[in-house]
Amino acid sequence: MLVFAFKRLAQSIAVLFVMSALVFVGVYAIGNPVDILINPQADQAEIAAATRALGLDQPLWNQYWTFVSGALAGDLGKSFAANIPAVRLILERMPATLELALAAMVIAVVLGIPLGLWAGLKPDSVSGRVIMAGSILGFSLPTFWVGLLLIMVFSVWLGWLPPTGRGETVTVLGVPVSFLTWDGLKHLFMPAMNLALFKLSLLIRLTRAGTREALAQDYVRFARAKGLSMERVVRVHVLKNIMIPIVTVTGLEFGSVIAFAIVTETIFAWPGMGKLLIDSINVLDRPVIVAYLLIIVLIFVLINLIVDLAYTALDPRVRLAGRSA
Amino acid sequence: MGWEWLLELALLFFAVSAHSAELRIGLSADVTTMDPHFVAAQPNLTAQQHVFDALVQTDAQSRPVPGIATWRTPDPLTWEFTLKKGVRFHDGSELTTEDVVFSLERPFSITGSPGGFQTYVRSIVAKEIVDRYTVRLKTAAPYGALLQDLAEVLIVSKRAAARATGDDFDRGGAAIGTGPFKLARFARGDRIEFTRHDDYWGGRLPWEKLTLLILPSDPVRTAALLAGQVDAIEHVPTADIARLRKSPAFRLEQAVSWRTIFLHVDQGRDRPPGVLSKAGKPLEKNPFRDLRVRRAMSKAINRQAIAERVMEGLAVPAANVLSPSVIGHDPAVKPEPYDPEGARKLLAEAGYPDGFTLTIATPNNRYINDEQIAQTVAQMLARVGIASRVEAMPLSVYFGKARNREFGVALLGWGSRAADLALRSLAATANPDKGYGAWNWGGYSNPKLDQLIAQSLGTVDPARREALAREASALAAREVAFIPLHYQVVTWAMKRNITYTARTDEFTFAHQFRPETK
Repeated sequence: MLVFAFKRLAQSIAVLFVMSALVFVGVYAIGNPVDILINPQADQAEIAAATRALGLDQPLWNQYWTFVSGALAGDLGKSFAANIPAVRLILERMPATLELALAAMVIAVVLGIPLGLWAGLKPDSVSGRVIMAGSILGFSLPTFWVGLLLIMVFSVWLGWLPPTGRGETVTVLGVPVSFLTWDGLKHLFMPAMNLALFKLSLLIRLTRAGTREALAQDYVRFARAKGLSMERVVRVHVLKNIMIPIVTVTGLEFGSVIAFAIVTETIFAWPGMGKLLIDSINVLDRPVIVAYLLIIVLIFVLINLIVDLAYTALDPRVRLAGRSA
Repeated sequence: MGWEWLLELALLFFAVSAHSAELRIGLSADVTTMDPHFVAAQPNLTAQQHVFDALVQTDAQSRPVPGIATWRTPDPLTWEFTLKKGVRFHDGSELTTEDVVFSLERPFSITGSPGGFQTYVRSIVAKEIVDRYTVRLKTAAPYGALLQDLAEVLIVSKRAAARATGDDFDRGGAAIGTGPFKLARFARGDRIEFTRHDDYWGGRLPWEKLTLLILPSDPVRTAALLAGQVDAIEHVPTADIARLRKSPAFRLEQAVSWRTIFLHVDQGRDRPPGVLSKAGKPLEKNPFRDLRVRRAMSKAINRQAIAERVMEGLAVPAANVLSPSVIGHDPAVKPEPYDPEGARKLLAEAGYPDGFTLTIATPNNRYINDEQIAQTVAQMLARVGIASRVEAMPLSVYFGKARNREFGVALLGWGSRAADLALRSLAATANPDKGYGAWNWGGYSNPKLDQLIAQSLGTVDPARREALAREASALAAREVAFIPLHYQVVTWAMKRNITYTARTDEFTFAHQFRPETK
């Protein structure tokens, strides 16, 4: 277990390095942030001075070296546009994104698994077909369009829900969360639904396919032959066996929901870190871009670790690498 | 008699409820910091000017007007500002010349900024405090544009901002100004909340609370207005204007913006990039150096069609470097009429009867319909024999390439408070020592224009300066230093029961929204 964790750690550090180098070169290749952020009335001397002040006149390797030595000391640099440490800028926004992503995943899991199970158990029923047709829609409709449609219907026409932004927050353990207030929930519902739609469809299809496959297996037939109730067969034999792929996908998808909540955040003006990334790319705010991607890599690494640990809990046959056979 | 008393009470109640109103406005761009001296970006200044005042205010036409101070020029090198008495900061202390001098020096002490405010205060060589309310600013040479420069530098409280970091401004501790609103909460990327400054020198405002919501996505900003989440929005998307105009629940306010869209054509170098003969060979000489070619290109562009079709009426054909209300706009200069025949004739005269090919570079996420404009211009040029291609890219890539002079023809938009300032950046001969021509991508150079710009900037008498600036504008237009396309029209939308005086400088100021008076 310890060896396994160490190996993972070493891998992650390598990934972080490669990632930071790639982003550095990429942003450098695009252009100079001073060209975009400079006061239009500034003259040549002021443009040169601003470039120098940010160290952007240095050769690339030198800039990267400055960054790495700062990063090892725990300093990822200050945002060019906001004048505060990039990491803090991201952490300020992270609770909003995590809350949105978690809410979306909860919706996807709570609705997706039962619906998928139902569709798998009764594939030829009308309800089963409706569920599957719905999941195709959820897959194929673009998030952006669905988001706007939700706003038009629920905010503009019906006036039930606020169209944009995050609602009132309360602080729990130092983290501002909005799902504990009524206003917050009203603001959270539409973006979370919007973000959940794709994952929901994915989970429905995954669960249905797994269920169909499991139902045809010998152990299920044997259990049925033994006279166990259908309810017990589904709960103990089917569900437990189809959980492994579902947990994997849910874990990985959670990472991608965090990383790519950007579209939903943009539509609903949700003050998360995805929106911050796009704004930062537009003005080439390199410290923020680099810090953001490093944090995302870190989140993915963590989630993968948790998924691996969850396997062992779900399936006693799975043992983490590192244990001698 | 009793009912009159009741009526009175009802009226009183109505008045009170109208006065305790909250105003919510949807802004189109993120505000990165509340430190007013960190980066000179319009979205930031929009939010900051609710908290802070500049020494010089500007009216809806972008002309300087007295606000917290009046001014006079005892001699061409001295600007004497007299502060209004009894102007209070949010903490109750009175504004003095100490605060003014501190604020004009603070831009030099800001570090790590990619685009600060030094440019606005560097012309001041000495600051002389006469008394609590009078300060004299000295310039090394006569400088007429000081008022425009000072309109951008916001006055902070020396006591509150003396050792403040950007953070202190964001958290509100240092964000102590004399402006109409006090900063209550700055939630970056989400919203900024304010409360009314009851001792505001400009009189008490009808809005007790103000919330600026950051809504950069166009359809969403409109939806927020339609759903009643906000009372007003800025930069109404072109596509939604017709619909909002028809609705009885909303009101639109429009102004011709100070922003002019134009084409820089590279006259500086022998071989401008992307400019070739029809056979794909480099041309013998740079065709843009010939005034006839530049004028032919200008004649080939149907500005009216661009304004009406591509811009859906939200543009006015341009002739000057800046739009009609701005200092130095010469109304005598008319947009070049659409004349493809004349364009072909001029090209033939210049020795290009078969035309040539060029590439128009344009950003695709900066100005309203920027890429479509470039495409349309390319087609119009093709009709007179100049085969044109369009190369569009995001702003982040575009500006860097443009500064490296990688384009032969490049689209740019520019807004400024005076024509001489705009021409200094755009059309003056590039000269790093004088700070001229920092954005002169066309490499245009005309000693006579340089001299006029210098003269105009060096004239402190407003009327004489304006005459000189006009002359410079007219010369640049006559010489086709660059090819103006149109002035943008900027639109605000709001609920029917409030009004706004549309500003040519595109700023959205909550304190200039008013409940409709019946």
